[in-house]
Amino acid sequence: MSIAPFPTTRRSVIVALSSVDVAERARAFDTLLACYWKPLYKYARVAFRRTREDAEDLTQSFFVRAFEKESLASYDAAKASFRTFLRLLFDRHAANEWKAGQRLKRGGGEVHLDFDAAEVEIGRDIATSITPEEYFQREWVRSVFALAVERLRARCSETQFAVFEAYDLDDDRAVSYRELAQRFGISETKVTNDLAAARRRFREIVLDALREVTATEQEFRAEARSLLGVAQ
Amino acid sequence: MTWLSDDAVARLRDVTELPDLSGTRYELVRELGRGGMGVVYEVRDRELGRAVALKACDIVVSDADRLRREAKIVARLEHPGIVPVHDVGVLPDGRLYYTMKLVRGARLDAWAREPRGRTDVLRLFARVCEAVAFAHANGVVHRDLKPENIMAGEYGAVLVMDWGIAHAAGEPFQRAIVGTAGYMAPEQTRGEEADARSDVYSLGAILRFLLGERLPRALEAIRARAMAAERDRRYGNARELGEDILRFLDGEPVSAYRENVFERAGRWLRRHQVLAAMVLAYLIMRAILLLWMNR
Repeated sequence: MSIAPFPTTRRSVIVALSSVDVAERARAFDTLLACYWKPLYKYARVAFRRTREDAEDLTQSFFVRAFEKESLASYDAAKASFRTFLRLLFDRHAANEWKAGQRLKRGGGEVHLDFDAAEVEIGRDIATSITPEEYFQREWVRSVFALAVERLRARCSETQFAVFEAYDLDDDRAVSYRELAQRFGISETKVTNDLAAARRRFREIVLDALREVTATEQEFRAEARSLLGVAQ
Repeated sequence: MTWLSDDAVARLRDVTELPDLSGTRYELVRELGRGGMGVVYEVRDRELGRAVALKACDIVVSDADRLRREAKIVARLEHPGIVPVHDVGVLPDGRLYYTMKLVRGARLDAWAREPRGRTDVLRLFARVCEAVAFAHANGVVHRDLKPENIMAGEYGAVLVMDWGIAHAAGEPFQRAIVGTAGYMAPEQTRGEEADARSDVYSLGAILRFLLGERLPRALEAIRARAMAAERDRRYGNARELGEDILRFLDGEPVSAYRENVFERAGRWLRRHQVLAAMVLAYLIMRAILLLWMNR
């Protein structure tokens, strides 16, 4: 019997960032952007109390320069997790921008990000006394899960997602399987099965996403443990 | 993109971690505990209507037939000191799971926190060795012995649990590092095949955990031999280790330690205190008698 720590269905985008294939590099960059832009933007806004305009410019210029200058390719998996590396790179970028007192001109080289949505989310934040690193970690987890929820929506049936959304995402925890069965016109057994299937798929998607945004098996396992309490 | 509240994130963490038991005969009841290799849950066996413990391991299995073959061998271990594996399988996400009898009582790590006499601890340890020796005699290696996998009963009974990743002799070696740091033999950390001597190493580490570092020379020699870095220098199996522990308890010479003449005499005196006292009393009386007669 061969035992593998986890299924390896996805290629690491961090590895793909060094690819000679420009299209592959761009796809990898898009995935990173989807996972990280919001945690970094919120990190700048909340942890460092930057103005909205400052945080927008910082986030955009960071990703544009990271892609153009290929600074992400300097990542060394032996030194830190990619998440920590990216945050430190962002810190350095913010410090440099601050010193230079300059802003990226809007227009060319811009990445299109939904800052309005991020602002709404910041408004929903409950004040807690956590360190900037903890805040960034928390928002990263939220971002990975949100990405996985969107992918799940596209990859499971409408009813499965509706049951999952109502039972696991909705903050109204009073809902029962019976009520969901009545709401969606299905049997309680189908609610049970649909929920189990959606959760199973969600777990796979999260692990796939983690596989994408980590560089090594060790880092993947550490992140999986941090997110899902598994591995090692 | 969907915004997830802190509660939703926490809930998603919970639901993704919980084992997906669809397609099995088990219903989740609650989490019992977590260790280095997985999480243990209390589940209800719908077919038999009983509560059992289910361990979801952090390893993905690709050869379920091989797993079942091994489980059959492990399931044959019928011994009062062994908690048998009832069932073994693969969860829909590919993770290995197995179920076993739900045991209630104190784990050895908790049991050891109470002040205990060395003799009581060694008697209990000898029973652990006896249970593991039974498995070794049946060609089964546990591979993850540690205090957390041993339950201590009220009257000195022990139960060795977690035989789900045990390896049956004769089955092809699976190249995966299983075990727990601190209790795992050096060859296991190198990813080499574990055998009975690897369990002996873990038992030596358990002995050290139970009694600490400062031990009488003979006992220290037993521990050192059990935990030798090279497996050829260890006891061949748990029975040999257990026998040395019993010899120590009985005041007999142990195979792991060569005594000098004074130690041998001291041990003989401790073991035959009544006889020694009688001989001493006789010699004193003879001396008194001789002195009185020569007065």
